[in-house]
Amino acid sequence: MTDAILEVEGLRKNFGEATAVRDVSFSLPPAGALAIVGESGSGKTTVARMIVGLERPTAGRVTACGRDRSQPARSARERRDRGGQVQIVFQDPYSSLDPRQSPAAAVEEVLRLHTRLDRGRRRARVAELADLVGLDERQMAALPSRLSGGQRQRVAIARALAAEPRILILDESVAALDVSIQAQVLNVLADVRERTGVAYLFISHDLAVVRQVTDDVVVMRHGAIVERGPTDRVLDAPEHPYTQLLRASVPRPGWQVPKTR
Amino acid sequence: MNDLLRISGLTVRLPLDGEMRTVLSDVSLSIAAGEAVGLVGESGSGKSMTARSIVRLLPPGALVEGTIRYRGNDVPSLRGQRLRDLRSSVSMVFQDPRAHINPVRTVGDFLTEALRVNQRVARREAEGRAVRVLDEVGVADGPRRLRQYPHELSGGLLQRVMIAAALLTEPHLLLADEPTTALDVTTQAEVMAILDELRRERGLAMLFITHDLELAAAVCDRTAVMYAGRVMEIRASALLHDHALHPYTAALAAARPSLERRAERLVTTPGRPLSAFEAPDGCPFSTRCPHVRQRCHDERPDLRPLDGGQVACVRAEELAVSHD
Amino acid sequence: MTAITALLGSSRPNRWGPLGTTAAIVILAAVALSVLGPALSSADPNASDFASAYAAPGAGHPLGYDGQGRDLLARLLTGSRTSLLGPLWVVALSMAAGTIIAIAAAWVGGWLDSVVSAALDVVFAFPGVLLAMLVAAVFGPGLSAAVLALSVAYVPYIARLLRSAALAERRKAYVQALEVQGLGAVAICLRHLVPNLIPLIAAQATLFFGYAMVDLAIVSYFGLGVQPPDADWGVMVAGGQSGVLQGYPAESLLAGGCIVVLVVAFNVLGERLSDGSGQGGTFGPSRWWRPRRGGAA
Repeated sequence: MTDAILEVEGLRKNFGEATAVRDVSFSLPPAGALAIVGESGSGKTTVARMIVGLERPTAGRVTACGRDRSQPARSARERRDRGGQVQIVFQDPYSSLDPRQSPAAAVEEVLRLHTRLDRGRRRARVAELADLVGLDERQMAALPSRLSGGQRQRVAIARALAAEPRILILDESVAALDVSIQAQVLNVLADVRERTGVAYLFISHDLAVVRQVTDDVVVMRHGAIVERGPTDRVLDAPEHPYTQLLRASVPRPGWQVPKTR
Repeated sequence: MNDLLRISGLTVRLPLDGEMRTVLSDVSLSIAAGEAVGLVGESGSGKSMTARSIVRLLPPGALVEGTIRYRGNDVPSLRGQRLRDLRSSVSMVFQDPRAHINPVRTVGDFLTEALRVNQRVARREAEGRAVRVLDEVGVADGPRRLRQYPHELSGGLLQRVMIAAALLTEPHLLLADEPTTALDVTTQAEVMAILDELRRERGLAMLFITHDLELAAAVCDRTAVMYAGRVMEIRASALLHDHALHPYTAALAAARPSLERRAERLVTTPGRPLSAFEAPDGCPFSTRCPHVRQRCHDERPDLRPLDGGQVACVRAEELAVSHD
Repeated sequence: MTAITALLGSSRPNRWGPLGTTAAIVILAAVALSVLGPALSSADPNASDFASAYAAPGAGHPLGYDGQGRDLLARLLTGSRTSLLGPLWVVALSMAAGTIIAIAAAWVGGWLDSVVSAALDVVFAFPGVLLAMLVAAVFGPGLSAAVLALSVAYVPYIARLLRSAALAERRKAYVQALEVQGLGAVAICLRHLVPNLIPLIAAQATLFFGYAMVDLAIVSYFGLGVQPPDADWGVMVAGGQSGVLQGYPAESLLAGGCIVVLVVAFNVLGERLSDGSGQGGTFGPSRWWRPRRGGAA
């Protein structure tokens, strides 16, 4: 698989005695959308943090855009280049923005770091990105405390996209949102992928959301991958007992509460 | 009336940022003995506040209008022993068990405290009852659990301990405020199964608060949908998802992606959910509703009976016709 | 709930309450008096007129004279300068050092964090006044030695508090997002971390200003700080002692009163500021019923 834009091979992470991630491998094609599904403690977030360099892998390789990023960046230039390849949006909308910085300033800061655009062009690009995620000028100028959770997550997405990454990691990015707001953001994500060709690594515990957003899925449990395949196949005909249990646990119309005894 | 609980015209105002602000507006709801009623809404809808009004756990300075009657007693006027009786007959389970259990006391202390202090049950007897209830909620090895501290237990286990604590006072009504929201899906399913079973075995009535329409539909007989501090619709749960009476319920159902198939795009409602004090004068949903007419802005629709349920929408009949 | 904490982060004057506002006015007035000092009293603070020793207030000398026949008002006003400038230096130095150490420890973590924590624990063992006196005994008395010694002694208190705040801030999603963007550590700290810690830094600086004032006064009282005949409130309390015994307590009382009033004012304002910074520690139960600003979550 040389055409993959993100390649993870034999990834492992130990925290002291405990192994959080063991032998995780997957690849993501350009403009693809891969879900990592799992419950708390499955290691899915640790995988994401290793890919963006917030945790250092104990073993294994992470390759993005053909460049190895398993070791910490050695220069400011390399650090910036990596930022231009992979970006991440976290779960908590309330801590995702600097409380003292307007969305426009936050996006512009990233543009200054990653592009050589002049002031006017930067401003135009900020407006473009705001438009892409569905925020208006007034919202872009407001302080984060004036914005709702959904609006904040849109800002976080716009800020991540400002670096023009080839890969965007969404770590439970819609989990904390109200249902009606979550739907808006999911549509924004679909629009963004269509218009920019960015690839998604979508980390979630929510199978219905995963169905809506992704093409492929890996299912993780206790730090290891238990099943993988096209999203439709895995959700329609799960093979591993754990995937079957996950599927059966989702409440839906006509759901019978599973019998425990 | 054989209703266990009957709320009518409940309006609650709270001091927020130096002003009295409405958080619940004209809420009416009843629960029969042994019945499970779902209370669904997004943030700011007032669903938790409704539950807290029932057990008089509102923040200081709250102004309450309307009536809440539990087994015929007027709840707002209860004092002293009568109020304690209410609170042992109506138990509450919260979303985040860790925030509601003292971390430096053992599970045993937590479970038996109310019994020993309020009902003067001897320690040995109280512990025996705690172990039996733990077994009932699927926590085996009770005597060992009683000696453990909250941090030694997983979130799912701790939530079962919370449920056990709620059951120890032999309640007739359980108020469950998003009891599974902080849990994993598989743990949620286990906890829901336990709640469901308990309800049937004990003939327990339940008010189940959640943001998840489908979860409410799965475990409740009837479901009330709240928006901006008001009840928009009450309907048999089985009919709610596909035959909603109120446009807001329909919007809520449409916004949630399906587990079965992928949609090109989700059907969304513009704007964000409003709190009661932000809502417009007419129908609170009128600013976001796709079916809005002038009269929706002019008058605030009351909850009225329709098609076996209740709805607060002036256009409910015509919309229901056009859906089918 | 996070939204509310963020909101409170901006400390607005109207949240200080009447007591906090009074404290702020007292402090501002003291600063104004010390700046305007010479203009308010025509008398020379160091000119002795032994004939007027302990003389009662009179025209041009509204507070009377001290034991050496010097004008008390002039000495109080001049003394306010050293008494305010000393703590200002202590606070500036210890805050700067404490902030840098705290942020470095929080950001780098690991071995640096351990080394810093151990070093701070060692300094913690020395009470500030004792350290200041020790330094004065070794290097000779004087204000600068006392200021330097107190600054060192205060660093652990400031660094420890700021370290935990910086650590909490560093773990927030927005800081990690900036790291992933490829922004350098120094830039993130200067542009984002420090500005968000400013409410807390300001609150601590105000509180420690009060402590430093007392500690410096004690050092001067023992003759190891500001040297007579220079006016300083601590020196004046000491100098007025013989007057107290002779039934003329004005000098000690007035100087001591100035110290007490200002220290209380700084403490009150510091408390109010740290309540507003959301990290003050003296917080009531979280206010779960408050809806989030902007509504949806």
